[in-house]
Amino acid sequence: MAEKTYAGVTINVDEEGYMTDSSQWTKEVAAEIAKEEGIEELTDTHYAVLEFIRQKVSEGATLTIRAIGKSGHTDIKGFYKLFPGAPLKKATKIAGVPKPSSCV
Amino acid sequence: MSDEKKPLKKVLIIVAKGTIEDVYAGLVMANGAVMEGIETKLFFTFFGLDAITKKKMNSLHTATVGNPSMTMPGGIPFPTWLGGVPGIEAAVSAMMRKQMEELDIPPVDEFLEMITAGGGEIYACKLAVDMFKLKKEDLIDDLNGIITVGEMYELAAGDYSQIIFT
Repeated sequence: MAEKTYAGVTINVDEEGYMTDSSQWTKEVAAEIAKEEGIEELTDTHYAVLEFIRQKVSEGATLTIRAIGKSGHTDIKGFYKLFPGAPLKKATKIAGVPKPSSCV
Repeated sequence: MSDEKKPLKKVLIIVAKGTIEDVYAGLVMANGAVMEGIETKLFFTFFGLDAITKKKMNSLHTATVGNPSMTMPGGIPFPTWLGGVPGIEAAVSAMMRKQMEELDIPPVDEFLEMITAGGGEIYACKLAVDMFKLKKEDLIDDLNGIITVGEMYELAAGDYSQIIFT
């Protein structure tokens, strides 16, 4: 268990930097994690996707790229553009939820 | 020993068989690589071409004859003779596709779209395309090329690159 300070708040994270207490998440915290992940600015679309992810995870659903592509906020191509490189890993980290355990 | 991480940068996955499980093994690995930010290429050859043939891709079958892993629901042994009964292979295959859909695993056409949406590339083997007398228009529109084996190896070149044959 480690701690990190984002936007002046101390946040609990695991060894890979994923937040372990989702309730500590704020938009400001998200913006700072995003910068660490190489995303300079979070747009409204970013936040809509992050909220969607947070909602799905709180419902206990398994997150997949496919589900995000059908969320109505972005399509799969758009998702890769919003969170370049490894989108699901990055987006979940920024959304303050655990690392996804799905294969698709 | 160095602790430095050397993540995989590129992967080339060869799909040479056309059963549901062989095709999906390749697609799941390819999509997983794309999701990790790994440069991903898929090469379809021989019966694997069914997975990128428009008319066949969404109705792939699994073999119910000569498949010793086959069991009935609940783990009851699947008699060999039953596999040959007309309609059984289609029914078992439809059931497999349904079970995958429940896990949010998409049909083949949508899966390929997911892979290309993330920047993955899809190639067909020239020799197999010629052998099966397929035309470019029989194959998916998103195809990056019909290529030779030599060109396939060129695609896989580079450091931290792997070729996977399913």
